Amino acid sequence: MTRNAEQAIASTAAADPVEPAALRLPPVPLALKINGEDYFHEGDPAMPLLWFLRDRLRLTGTKYACDSGVCGACTVLVDGAATHACTLRMQAAAGKAVTTIEGLGKSVLHPLQQAWIEEDAVLCGYCQPGQIMAAAALLQRKPQPRESEIDALPNLCRCGAYPRIRSAIQRAAEVMRANAK
Amino acid sequence: MSTLDSAGRRRFLAVSLTATGALLVGWRVARGEPAPADLPLELLGDQLTALGPFVRIERDGRVVIGAPGCEVGQGVFTSLPMLVAEELDVDWSQVRVVQLPWGGAGTANGPGHRYGRQGGVPTDRGADWRLLREAGARVRGLLVQAAAGRWNLAVAELRCAAGKVLAPDGRSLDYGALAAAAANLPPPGAAPALKSPADFHIIGQPTRCADARAIVTGAARFGIDEYIADALVAIIVRCPYPGGRLGRYDDGATRKVAGVVEVLSLPGPLADLPFEGPLAAGVAVVAENTWAALRGCELLETEWQRDAPAASIGELARAAQAMLDASDGGLPVRSEGDFAKARKQARRVIEARYEQPFLAHATMEPPGALVDVRSGRARLFASIEDPDAAATTITRLTGIARNAIDISLPRSGGSFGRRLQNDYVAEAVLVARAVGKPVKLLWRRGDDLAHDFYRPFGVHALAATLDRKARITGWSHRCAATPRTWRNAGREGQPAHTGLLSADGFPAGLVAHLDLRFFPLGSPLPRDPGLRDDDAFEVFATQSFLDEVALAGKRDAVELRLELLGMSSAATPTQIGPPTAATARLAYALTRCAQLVGWGVPRDDGHGIGIACHATADSYLAHGFELAIEGDRLVIYRAVCVADVGRIINPLGVQAGLMGGMLASLSDTLYGAITLKDGQVRQTDFDRYRLLGMGDSPRKVVVEIVPSSAAPTLAPPSVQASVAPALANAVHAASTVRVRKLPLMPELMRLL
Repeated sequence: MTRNAEQAIASTAAADPVEPAALRLPPVPLALKINGEDYFHEGDPAMPLLWFLRDRLRLTGTKYACDSGVCGACTVLVDGAATHACTLRMQAAAGKAVTTIEGLGKSVLHPLQQAWIEEDAVLCGYCQPGQIMAAAALLQRKPQPRESEIDALPNLCRCGAYPRIRSAIQRAAEVMRANAK
Repeated sequence: MSTLDSAGRRRFLAVSLTATGALLVGWRVARGEPAPADLPLELLGDQLTALGPFVRIERDGRVVIGAPGCEVGQGVFTSLPMLVAEELDVDWSQVRVVQLPWGGAGTANGPGHRYGRQGGVPTDRGADWRLLREAGARVRGLLVQAAAGRWNLAVAELRCAAGKVLAPDGRSLDYGALAAAAANLPPPGAAPALKSPADFHIIGQPTRCADARAIVTGAARFGIDEYIADALVAIIVRCPYPGGRLGRYDDGATRKVAGVVEVLSLPGPLADLPFEGPLAAGVAVVAENTWAALRGCELLETEWQRDAPAASIGELARAAQAMLDASDGGLPVRSEGDFAKARKQARRVIEARYEQPFLAHATMEPPGALVDVRSGRARLFASIEDPDAAATTITRLTGIARNAIDISLPRSGGSFGRRLQNDYVAEAVLVARAVGKPVKLLWRRGDDLAHDFYRPFGVHALAATLDRKARITGWSHRCAATPRTWRNAGREGQPAHTGLLSADGFPAGLVAHLDLRFFPLGSPLPRDPGLRDDDAFEVFATQSFLDEVALAGKRDAVELRLELLGMSSAATPTQIGPPTAATARLAYALTRCAQLVGWGVPRDDGHGIGIACHATADSYLAHGFELAIEGDRLVIYRAVCVADVGRIINPLGVQAGLMGGMLASLSDTLYGAITLKDGQVRQTDFDRYRLLGMGDSPRKVVVEIVPSSAAPTLAPPSVQASVAPALANAVHAASTVRVRKLPLMPELMRLL
């Protein structure tokens, strides 16, 4: 560090009154698990998980679309529960295990991913990772989902692929039940 | 060997061998062009050439085909390479598809295109259909020539199948083994004959989306997923008042956000000139990462200047009604016979008015662009659908020559016509130039809903005169709407009714006395120029009204339409088909749809059946719905689409497009509306701009494609005009409530 930079830091510290406690403790990075790997976040704890995934880790399968936890394009699993990454702040994600679309079927496709391909459920494809993650959470809770439970999935698809998404979920559910036997 | 492209320039077939022994074949516009910087590596191989490749054949027989289109969900990433593969005679399972970049180039003769038309507005669908098949056929021709040389046989004796050249005596050679020899051949003088459709083995086969695996694993790259080193993130806080200006702004708090690098103002469009750059004035917050830019925008304080606030939708509707109340005026669109006289002589006159709101495109992936315009070159990565126009925008703003512009074409998260506009590319270029670094522009959802080229607002006044037998003798359609032509570059000089009231829309030309008039309405909201055959605006009115006329005359609504089309009212699909003439193609779609939706079948479950049909740009579609109103819910039990869209390249993809288009149009019809409050767009999120969800989508969807040998439309229409009236007609059948104002759900709840 150069002398000038040191001086600059010293003067900043003098200008901004800092809580003594914060001065004594080094910043504690937030720790979380993403797709089985450990990660640490040292930036703004209020940043939504979405931008950690996309900007920092380049896990771009989790999409940005509505910004307000409505459309589900950013759905990830947090400790197994479908969660909108666009509204989940890093401080709330700390200590949790996050699964993104990239971690759903790591070496072998998840039955949902396979079913999506077989039903050709893709139109523009943008909402589909979120749809698959929401469906994965549903099938974890309800291996044999009722129609009304599929109806209740909140994820939006502007292209209108719903009928094929529904078929893909049903197909995957069958495969998963058969595998479980 | 050369051929002429659509602009009359010579195109050369270029053949070469890569250092790893793969055959590479493609087009180039002229010799001596610089190599495109952004070619997919799979196509380029390890040898830099000036090729615009379509096809690469590896020594081991694997085939890579470049997809030239702009994939926005319409399936061209799969369907266009299928055309090449068909004539190449390979198994589709051998093929890997890679996206080609924009192939625009500057030549001595002006702009050129390496790969034919890419996105944009189709002008000659037949040309795409031919060009790509010819590309495949020429490569096959080279391989056959190579095999003929190897075996010392005549070319005419050989045939191809599944990636092999076959000799009459049973010998065969894999394409891979012939790649090197083929690369050294002089290209054939003429394109080999194209296959007869009876020999197609890929075209017409249901084929899954070629990059489905990448999409379901999150690996697929959309425009928003592109990152380049050094790029800063920009988010623009735009003036919420259409046509408003930036007053003062305070970026003190914004600049204190860690990561915020720059805050700068952007001018809006010049008053009264066509929209050629940004749609609104704004302040760009430029930061090292997205979160910092988002935080910076939240903390920005802005003051906007505006003239008189834009009229609310209620005020606009009242102005439209007043125009239509006047007995004369308006711009004549088409007049036949003497409607006024027919009106005097009519046994009955039926009249009704319909109102439609402004609609947003609301693509799932918001607009955005990643650009680098340093040192005399431009690179653009964006979800766009008219890369040629994007290049023109870049040149206009920076002076960078067309042949120094590279454009990558990642997948787009929907378009519906929105990505034919390049306002967001212009914004990204302006910010990137100002900060001297690559810039990734992100639009938030609220930015997208509040700053769009909206589907226009308008009110229709329809009148039909009936004779004693309740036959339609006269038809008047007067429409007051916000013109699509208003400030839309490229639409200047076109009549104000363009895309809102067509001179030859059904039933024009089929009734003796006709009067079509248009009344332009003013509004500062930008409008979709309607480049995509988007007739949904007028067809909601005409096809709803036909049902009202049928009901008033105690006629069957399908029979009435068939009568207008000149078909026997007793016609059934088998009696009409096979459809050839335009009216017959529409009549076939209508009657088949009626069959599938259960039209005319007596029922006692309270379900209503509604139907409508429409023809546009070589597409003939009919929609039918079976639905019930259960409390405050509208439950669609069956949705039927019958479509004659020409020859089908990929039935699975076209079915997806027709199903999706139907549901997207349902979403618009049931819920879509952009409204204004205090001169600002009120809908800034998906709570206020509601979209169709899984739970309210139809229980059963039937899509039937009519076999056809007409030239393919390549991508089915994403907006399906007969959806809204078919739905309104079904709602009437179920409830006796006639909804004449969209969006349908709030109006239905008000009327019930």
